[in-house]
Amino acid sequence: MKKNFFSTKAGIITAGSLIGITAALLVYLGNPKNMGFCIACFERDIAGGLGLHRADVVQYIRPEIIGIMIGALLLSLMKGEFRPRGGSSTVIRFFLGVFAMIGALVFLGCPWRAFIRLAGGDWNAILGILGLITGIAIGSYFIKSGYSLGRNYSQSRAAGYIMPGFMLFIFALLIFNFPKLFNSITGPGSMKAPFIISIIAGLIVGGLAQRSRFCTMGSIRDIVLVKDFHLFFGVASFTIAVFIMNMILGQFKAGFEGQPIAHTMHIWNFLGMTLSGFAFSLAGGCPGRQLILSGEGDTDAGVFVLGMITGAAFSHNFAMASSPAGTGQFGMWGTVIGLIFTFTIAFTMTMKRKSV
Amino acid sequence: MTTIDTRGLSCPQPVILVTRELAAGKGSFEVLTDSECSLENIARLLESRNIMFETEQKDDHTIIKAKKV
Repeated sequence: MKKNFFSTKAGIITAGSLIGITAALLVYLGNPKNMGFCIACFERDIAGGLGLHRADVVQYIRPEIIGIMIGALLLSLMKGEFRPRGGSSTVIRFFLGVFAMIGALVFLGCPWRAFIRLAGGDWNAILGILGLITGIAIGSYFIKSGYSLGRNYSQSRAAGYIMPGFMLFIFALLIFNFPKLFNSITGPGSMKAPFIISIIAGLIVGGLAQRSRFCTMGSIRDIVLVKDFHLFFGVASFTIAVFIMNMILGQFKAGFEGQPIAHTMHIWNFLGMTLSGFAFSLAGGCPGRQLILSGEGDTDAGVFVLGMITGAAFSHNFAMASSPAGTGQFGMWGTVIGLIFTFTIAFTMTMKRKSV
Repeated sequence: MTTIDTRGLSCPQPVILVTRELAAGKGSFEVLTDSECSLENIARLLESRNIMFETEQKDDHTIIKAKKV
């Protein structure tokens, strides 16, 4: 068996550190504070850029997301790992994506951003990470009890190219400045690193994450489930790299109050991320990992990504997304309904185990 | 010999199934996987338990053959 360097401990630490350095640099070069690389936030911006929601401060076709998926596609093609597949409870995955996003936008960040916020001194992230651990622990309990969404099966090559093709299409809309795209003039959506840097950063992170299987949710799940710290080394080095870079670049500011694009409602920071972590663990990967899998031809992961983009639209259209002022008017409802949904899926797909 | 077919299962189920097999006494077993990621994870698990194994590449999947000691 030929050895993949990035599957070793040194490899995952290298990948995590490089992804962290990239994230901090993107903030320095113009991305929103403590949001160098937030998968949920950037997919939300894409939903806005396409006009699926009309929150005019968070609309931009983020090249980072496109870069991640295309980077993973190219690497998987080069390494012979591109394998179109799907059919494992696809519509369930769609709604897990919807609710993962709704939870993430109650907290204001995906697991990647939770660690980036922590490394920027935003202590509200601690509540989010505790929620994340709780959600993943609940998911792990079900996985241990036999939870499964069933097998996927090989699909046509065309199916595997749909999601990367979609990404390239919206990339073309961005490059050619399609006049119907939405572009924030103010707010986080208007803060962006230079376009060319964003896309290159995305490609690099996508390639690194594809080779190393970097996964924030998996890092916690594997500790809970099989006491395997492999992925955790990646996330820990990621967080430390962001922290060190933040110190060097003067981007570190410790405290709870006045943190960028964050609120201090501890219970909802916790519960939003509990929902998100639970949904990610039931779907088998954090939002970054879902992008990578989509690039490798996993159409179920692609549908999860589409679910997240749809969830972002619901979040903003139905006032469920938080803002620095606190939770949205219906954010608590979204979280509670999401938890009911995820628990229902977890229970029913665990009882089905004998048939798998 | 036990065969564990993990093809099409997403992480971490393949690793869980192999862990269960390891807990179930002595003997040889083989694992079928069609994912590089699962292959690496299973290899890492077996290495951490000092279990010797070899892999055989088929058309669309890999067979991991291991013997519990």
